[in-house]
Amino acid sequence: MMKNIVALLKKDVLLELRQQHTFYGILLYIASTIFVLFLSVSDLEAGVWNGLFWVIQLFVCVNAVAKSFLQESGGRMLYFYSIVSPAEFVLAKLLYNILIMLMMSGISLFLFYIFFNNPVTHAAQFLGIVLLGGSSISLVFTLMSAIAARAQQNAALIAILGFPVILPQLLLLMRLSKTAFNEIFKAGAVLQITGLIIGLDILIAALAVILFPYLWKE
Amino acid sequence: MLPFTLPLRHSKKPSVVKKSWWKITSFILLLYTIAGGFLMDVPRLFILNETIRNLYFHVAMWFGMMILFTVSFIYSIRYLRSSNYRYDIFAKQYAGMGAWFGILGYATGVIWVSVTWLTDQQQSIGSVLKEPKLLGAAIALLIYGAYFVLRGSFTDMDKRARVSAVYNIFAFVMLFPSIWIIPRLVGSLHPGAPGSDSGNPALNFKDIDSRLRMVFYPAVIGWTLLGVWITTLQIRVQLLKDKSLLNEPA
Repeated sequence: MMKNIVALLKKDVLLELRQQHTFYGILLYIASTIFVLFLSVSDLEAGVWNGLFWVIQLFVCVNAVAKSFLQESGGRMLYFYSIVSPAEFVLAKLLYNILIMLMMSGISLFLFYIFFNNPVTHAAQFLGIVLLGGSSISLVFTLMSAIAARAQQNAALIAILGFPVILPQLLLLMRLSKTAFNEIFKAGAVLQITGLIIGLDILIAALAVILFPYLWKE
Repeated sequence: MLPFTLPLRHSKKPSVVKKSWWKITSFILLLYTIAGGFLMDVPRLFILNETIRNLYFHVAMWFGMMILFTVSFIYSIRYLRSSNYRYDIFAKQYAGMGAWFGILGYATGVIWVSVTWLTDQQQSIGSVLKEPKLLGAAIALLIYGAYFVLRGSFTDMDKRARVSAVYNIFAFVMLFPSIWIIPRLVGSLHPGAPGSDSGNPALNFKDIDSRLRMVFYPAVIGWTLLGVWITTLQIRVQLLKDKSLLNEPA
């Protein structure tokens, strides 16, 4: 099982390295979005900074993860179907998208630090929250991408399907980020929210493994 | 005959009472809810006063919504297990009725808001809309809106049934944090928020006055049964429309 997942993961990474246009496409997307933001607003207050940051994370994730299932043609899917189990396939995709999203989250955080005033007081803590948030968002959108790949107008559908579902997690993440802005929380509240987000992530991964077999049967 | 299953194939005709006892129950309970809800004695609290009677309508709608969504969720699981197209119709119709209950819950809530949360202070409607329970319910309705959009985007029937069942299951699970967990973590004007002394009047026996309980629980059962009744009619219409596809007498 482990071997197959690693092989699939390696295949995705290799594909990314050979067809670099998608990777640089997302990179350009992040840079230009943040640059547009930089041109339109000059001074960001902490609350607005936080809100904008997470909204941009959301859109970056939609763009980065959307193609994960769309790029696989019907014939290639049939080939995967014959050599690996659906659980292995979807776990490899989840892991790969988490990796991509971790990288993209790091880059957009870095760009935010460069272009805007920095309201974050606990940088390490915020980095942790951003990485956690990036992987949570990518988990949800990977599954949404798998669903949307089955429908006809798939690219637009990902946003329609994913946004309502991601909202609870996004609300939790925005709330949790405020700890890094020196907002005082009730004792134990930070741990509670973090635990809740991690719990939801595990739940989503489990659901993906359970439900994916029904999605890729043609 | 359970209310959630349909009397579709029966060899000999059962009596009317045996077949539709739950419809009769629903009618009687709702008659009692409306009569008792407006006439019976209720405790009078500051600000709330007589508006507490809305409990029988507003809260019952959200209970009904959750129950109908749960039924839809169960039928989606049954569809994936059996690939019986009939279950897909069931899941769709129950989800639609659940969403209707949600909209009615909002409508009854607006009436309540206008006389309790918005009276003496010069509050804007925006301050009320940030209410976590309202947000949670909005997320629920958006999720089911997306479910219907997803259904609409397929031309292939089997694919539509399968993929939307998957989304329905996933969406239902994600409802729990948005409706049940997050509103309990943050401050809220609704009862049951942390820091308020109101406890959980919806589910805990000790937190609700016995006079309210007399009407509230029958109201929940009555409204839910009414929702199931309407849905079974819709399902029957759909089954008749798809009779040729189902390849069996509807």
